[in-house]
Amino acid sequence: MNTELLGIITTYLITLLIGIPLGIYLAKVFAGEKVWTDFLLPIEKIIYRLSGIRQTEQMNWKQHMKAMLTINSVWLIYGFFVLINQDKLPLNPDGNPGQTPDLAFNTIISFVVNCNLQHYSGESGLTYFTQHFIIMFLQFVSAATGIASAVVLFKAFREKSVSQLGNFWEFFVKSITRLLLPLSIVVALILTFNGTPSSYEGKDQYISLQGDTIAVSRGPAAAMIAIKHLGTNGGGWFGVNSSHPLENPNYLTNMVELIAQVIIPIAMVIAFGYFIRRKKLGWIIFGVMTFGMLLLLIPTISSELGGSPAIAQLGVSQHTGAMEGKEVRFGPAASAYWSTVTTIISTGSVNSMHDSTMPLTGALQLLGMMINSFYGGCGVGILNYFIYLIIAVFISGLMVGRTPEFLGHKVEAREVKIAALITLLSPFLILAGTAAASYVFGNYGDADWAVKPANWLNNPGFHGFSEMLYEITSANANNGSGFEGLGDNNIFWNISSGIVLIFSRFLPIIGPIAIAGLLGQKKYIPESAGTLRADTITFGIMTLAVIVVLTALSYFPALALGPLAEYFTMLK
Amino acid sequence: MKKYIFQSIRLTLVLLVLLGVIYPLIIAFAGRFAKGEGNGEAVLLNGKKVGYANIGQSFTEPQYFWGRPSAANYNAAGSAGSNKGPSNVDYLKDVENRIDTLLKYNPGLKRSDIPADLVTASGSGLDPDISVQAAIIQIKRVANVRNLSLEQVQQVVKNATTPPLLGLLGPEKVNVLQLNLSLDRLSK
Repeated sequence: MNTELLGIITTYLITLLIGIPLGIYLAKVFAGEKVWTDFLLPIEKIIYRLSGIRQTEQMNWKQHMKAMLTINSVWLIYGFFVLINQDKLPLNPDGNPGQTPDLAFNTIISFVVNCNLQHYSGESGLTYFTQHFIIMFLQFVSAATGIASAVVLFKAFREKSVSQLGNFWEFFVKSITRLLLPLSIVVALILTFNGTPSSYEGKDQYISLQGDTIAVSRGPAAAMIAIKHLGTNGGGWFGVNSSHPLENPNYLTNMVELIAQVIIPIAMVIAFGYFIRRKKLGWIIFGVMTFGMLLLLIPTISSELGGSPAIAQLGVSQHTGAMEGKEVRFGPAASAYWSTVTTIISTGSVNSMHDSTMPLTGALQLLGMMINSFYGGCGVGILNYFIYLIIAVFISGLMVGRTPEFLGHKVEAREVKIAALITLLSPFLILAGTAAASYVFGNYGDADWAVKPANWLNNPGFHGFSEMLYEITSANANNGSGFEGLGDNNIFWNISSGIVLIFSRFLPIIGPIAIAGLLGQKKYIPESAGTLRADTITFGIMTLAVIVVLTALSYFPALALGPLAEYFTMLK
Repeated sequence: MKKYIFQSIRLTLVLLVLLGVIYPLIIAFAGRFAKGEGNGEAVLLNGKKVGYANIGQSFTEPQYFWGRPSAANYNAAGSAGSNKGPSNVDYLKDVENRIDTLLKYNPGLKRSDIPADLVTASGSGLDPDISVQAAIIQIKRVANVRNLSLEQVQQVVKNATTPPLLGLLGPEKVNVLQLNLSLDRLSK
């Protein structure tokens, strides 16, 4: 068998071997059952004491969300001011400047919301101080925010009828001490011993074999690259992210980074089933998500391995596949797999340049982000999927003519309204945002911004439209990857994507938690013969159908104008 | 509400120390035992630093094996892909020009023998590797310019080839800097 395909199959299997037991472990951790990491309890107690937190204090869903929003606001304010003033702070061996206010606005929101859209290049746009105390710090805590929020939802369905849902700070701290930090240490060590720099040395210089004087950017990257993947963050140390040979030195590190970004999203799904004592529901959700991933992955691999029809016309050999924007050490198969994984879960790190992938691949990357719940980001993946579940429950209820129920609780008008609003939010932000960008591009080409709108696009025609669509879609999905040809460091993109980011992060967290909180308080109705059970294959297929129909209705026109149009023009 | 604000600020400070100071220092300390002591693995020729093992260099002279086209000109202070879309007409012209250059410097080379990686830009602009096929088609040129036998150069290529991981996973590749260094050592 082809070694490239064998490579990605092995990678996925190892992901399952780690992700599934990790899910069972997480369910125990958050349920407060005995686990082998309990030796960390004293450290957690110190953290609680220093922070003035009583971790036994119970919160209802509203208090949970208040705590979550408060700490996120603290990070927003703190980070904005530090980024603007980073040139005056220590740990800046390369002498990089402070960020402009609009860039800092975009950067801080982007990292607080776990998106990691980067309108700067890591080598010149940040200092070692901000890389550590803003970027890497937020990569931990934003992932923990997502995980802790998901646990609040889990809590609502564990007992028959509850309003007290545990303590947000406890879930948050445990996400870091029991999961993110230990795993990050392991991954960072693997990276370090494979050639990723970890020291605080600044740029180095050497004279190449041909006599050119070359400077090399370095720095303590390994620690950050570990959490960037484990926390489904994706923001790179270097500008080109994980295609950089220091950020991702060989095929082994590529496998490790791929595994690291998928294990927690898979673990959260399994943990959901175990935590609410309905393992089968967890497995059904996992099955639907995996099937959805394969629907996106298989055509992606086929289109990349097939190579570019335009390059084929030039008569050269594409025996390995399409190579523009890809690295030889990974090859097109692993790059295609990465591009699917990074868009369905909200990592957004890249090991090849998405702007240069084939048009169909681009369409599938966009679809992955539009759906955003085939596994999905740390914690938020299962929250997004939950919205689809509620819609599916509602539609099924209408079809059979009964009051819809979910896990023994009646789903009524209020819950369905919230789910419907959250469902509509994504298409609204993506389509309105792209429309606004196209309008500015078309009518205000000469606007006097850091990058003039007329110069935004790196490619003409349909592909140029895809660059704008991709940027807003990525912001909405809190993904962070880009068609990086787009000239995005200017006031329009910094502000518009910043606004999209903040809405598309917090509303889709608050919505599902509100629904779960409301449902959890309701009287528990025991299941009877007439109950529509959520943990059946039939209902799994129903949910998938809901996802497909909603996505197709919302986005088909936009996709037709961008990648699909490019695909058909290249066919002739 | 006020309680949450104070708790948030204090928790943030505690975690800044744990995640921003203690964690990276552990990794930096461990890194000192890695190859290159956590600074990146440098490559020496006669005691002088001539590059980094993982970072590609620009090779344009005929006596060297050429690497992939780079949107960053192999300037490792930064990094960049071309971000050219597959249907971009200007981009396709660039590729055509690269093919012409290869054909000119490698007489007898057939278009259909040129692998795509040698005429397309890498993702990072610093790709240290080329495919085995990309090395093979340059053997004749390099051997001629350096007055070496084909077998000698073939052997050098073979030595610089890394097989798939464990012989099973991922592509085969040739490190261009390692290849050219061995040639320089051989010619001396």
